[in-house]
Amino acid sequence: METKPESIEKIAPKAAQTLALNLGPQHPATHGTLRLKVELDGETIVRCEPEIGFLHTGFEKLGEYRNYNQFVVISDRMNYLSPLNNNIGFAVACEELFGVQVPPRGQYLRVIMAELSRLADHVISVGLQGMDLGAFSVMLWTFIEREKLYDIFEAVTGARLTTSWTRVGGVFRDAPPDFPAMVRNFLAKFPALLDECERMLSRNRIFMDRCIGVGALTKEEAISYGVTGPMLRACGVPYDIRKARPYLCYGQLDFEIPTRPEGDVYARYLVRLAEMRQSIRIITQALDKLPGGGENKENLPVSSLDHKVMLPPKDMVYNDMESLIHHFKLVMPGHGVIPPKGEVYSCTEAPNGELGFYIVSDGTGLPYRVRVRPPSFYNYATFPKQATGRMISDAVAALASLNVIAGELDR
Amino acid sequence: MALDLPSLLASLKEHFGDDLLAQTEFRGQHVLRIRSTANLPVLRYLRDEAQFEMLTDVTCVDSLRLPPGMQKEYPERFAVVYQLYSLTHNERLRVKAFVPEEPCEIDSVTPLWEAANWGEREVFDMFGVVFKGHPDLKRILMPDNYTGHPLRKDYPLKGRGERDRFQKYTEMPER
Repeated sequence: METKPESIEKIAPKAAQTLALNLGPQHPATHGTLRLKVELDGETIVRCEPEIGFLHTGFEKLGEYRNYNQFVVISDRMNYLSPLNNNIGFAVACEELFGVQVPPRGQYLRVIMAELSRLADHVISVGLQGMDLGAFSVMLWTFIEREKLYDIFEAVTGARLTTSWTRVGGVFRDAPPDFPAMVRNFLAKFPALLDECERMLSRNRIFMDRCIGVGALTKEEAISYGVTGPMLRACGVPYDIRKARPYLCYGQLDFEIPTRPEGDVYARYLVRLAEMRQSIRIITQALDKLPGGGENKENLPVSSLDHKVMLPPKDMVYNDMESLIHHFKLVMPGHGVIPPKGEVYSCTEAPNGELGFYIVSDGTGLPYRVRVRPPSFYNYATFPKQATGRMISDAVAALASLNVIAGELDR
Repeated sequence: MALDLPSLLASLKEHFGDDLLAQTEFRGQHVLRIRSTANLPVLRYLRDEAQFEMLTDVTCVDSLRLPPGMQKEYPERFAVVYQLYSLTHNERLRVKAFVPEEPCEIDSVTPLWEAANWGEREVFDMFGVVFKGHPDLKRILMPDNYTGHPLRKDYPLKGRGERDRFQKYTEMPER
């Protein structure tokens, strides 16, 4: 019997037996609640579709019903590996909208904390990347370092994870007097860990074989996908918002943007390591230049002295009529911090890339619309591109290198 | 190399005429307001001629509950907002395209940027704006069987009782 050529083509995809496999939402390799629907031909991924939204919490909707300072609390629930960067990013966006200046001491403190938080994020990201590829001890070492960082965060912000440290116009309190000593003490020992990680992974045969050439993106693809952060710099694009649009006091500090041309998983790992060394440089300089030093004997302000935005200190509230009125008006519903009408898009360099806040204000105490531009969302969109046509174990390596934070991805 | 914004605006005006509604500035940020029908050609022009290589974000604003003073800045209910970034010039530009409530649709910019794929899916999910020509327009954050679009201003904060309709597993099944 004669068969028509087109019918063979119709049957052909079915004849090649593919297997539909479901990775996640609960799976050790997915780092949070992600789900991947993959179609496998043997061990090769033919089709891959990420499904997200399992951690959707409606932060943007909630933002429309909370005032500007209350949203700070929401912002650190978004990226739970580096909550301080989210706090600072949102505060920078608000200050741009309000037109408020933060005093130099506050800016330097914010930069130090942002970079410490970047260290905490990158070091865990490198550790988890090692863990996913079989180097379990690296993950344990990095978690020890992060605990030390969390001790510093606790001393400054009062919390280890849900820091909620910033306010519109400043931070909620000054750092403790021994803060510089704590940070210097940490930084003295931290580079040894980076060296150890490098010795363990960078020339490790297994690690290299599983990373080099995996998940490679070209420069053009990365730009088209809107990829930012270490992933974009691993593709050879020297785009860093700290340099491109220096917010806070980054313009006064000297650092470099590490890039790699390859764009693969290994390049991302190397960029993260190099960025941590740059962060150490930034923190050391910022500590040297910190106005007032640790003791702050001259009592330099850390927050804006514009008391229409920032709460006045308690002793002023008790002894000064005007401060009492300011305090009253700031905390009463229907009053609060009132921005001008308008809209701003402000972005900062979070550990994963460009963290943008697009705020539309209608001139009331509540924002009309808060849009968060999460770096993970656009970075993760490249995943099918990286995984398709490769082995399933490569997908695990690529996923680990993206450092997708589900809380920020789904918001 | 800095971007010469006035001359860019002049050439845009020359190319697109009435489709360009206005250009505003607030806190040094430039916003280009356009008709929804012209989004694809205007953005293509900005990408190819003005080197705005990167679409950093796609989002939307629902103007339903804006105070009357600001309402007049929104000729239609929805504004689809594109945040563009130029790596060459280190410049940012925001483009707002106004989409009416009915028909709530606009051309997809996925032919220009891959980033628009997930960004537009999120806008569709949250606001119900349909992107014509999108390769795979479906919900991204909310479940597939969800009804309604949560970030619309007429959608209540606590939802429309979706939580109460979840299947509950509080009692042991009868044997």
